[in-house]
Amino acid sequence: MNTFTVGIVVFPGSNCDRDVAWALEGCLDITTKFLWHESSDLDDVDSIVLPGGFSYGDYLRCGAIARFSPLINALHDFVKSGRRVLGICNGFQILTESGFLPGALVTNKNLNFICDDIDLNVISSKGGWFQKLDKNKKIKLPIAHGEGRYHCDQDTLKRLIDNDLIALKYKTNPNGSTSDIAGITNEKGNVLGLMPHPERACDESIGGIDGLYTLRSLITQ
Amino acid sequence: MDQFEVKVFIRLRPSVLDPAGEAIKSASSKLGVKGIKSLRIGKMIEVKIEANNEDKIKEEIDLLCDRLFANTVIEDYEYSIKKL
Repeated sequence: MNTFTVGIVVFPGSNCDRDVAWALEGCLDITTKFLWHESSDLDDVDSIVLPGGFSYGDYLRCGAIARFSPLINALHDFVKSGRRVLGICNGFQILTESGFLPGALVTNKNLNFICDDIDLNVISSKGGWFQKLDKNKKIKLPIAHGEGRYHCDQDTLKRLIDNDLIALKYKTNPNGSTSDIAGITNEKGNVLGLMPHPERACDESIGGIDGLYTLRSLITQ
Repeated sequence: MDQFEVKVFIRLRPSVLDPAGEAIKSASSKLGVKGIKSLRIGKMIEVKIEANNEDKIKEEIDLLCDRLFANTVIEDYEYSIKKL
């Protein structure tokens, strides 16, 4: 039987790809494979991470150009097959620009690039990306973004709420996101996009392990 | 084939907050200009393009605007076409 392998997509300008590999390989003993954005052969990976960074220099809009890569094109069938896709930070921006997830990420309300550890409430465990938590319990993950303000219209927000698609909310909204949203899933639950970085919270020595659960869930069949 | 110059204007939709525009509005008042009620930042993209007629240009610019130049979740666009 082949080893379960998580593909990590590398775009020109990705800079969290190696962090994700370190967290998966080093902390969770999960096999990874880097996938260059020009590749469209996704047959030998079982789930995919779109990592953070500045794909294509964030030209035009964050994630706007990455959506035209052969890999993102091939991702449509991958997602349809039910396999899991995790978009972190710039990866979340790419997922919204490509239409895998609704809404858009725009400039933070206070115009600052925010780099901080932040408390989050798990709103939904749809897709098994997060541990079901008590309402008053929270997790702490790092954020690092200038364009992380989630925006969607009222109809989309209603659809997110009605279908239980809001995965994470900021406890104290740092960037002006609509309804404090920090992460959402698609309706099937196999695609998650979030602005916080779970791969930076996988070892107590760097400040916490609240990201482990989400990364481990990449291998949930 | 004729050559055309197209100017595409992209604006944040009115419902989307423009904090950078707010910052410039605030800086403008420091020059003594007090009457500014609203200031919002957009983008302008200039394209020189060849085609047989203006209808073909419109078709292609609409495609570019819808799929690449603008994200219609947050932005509106309009354009003008000039034959060179």
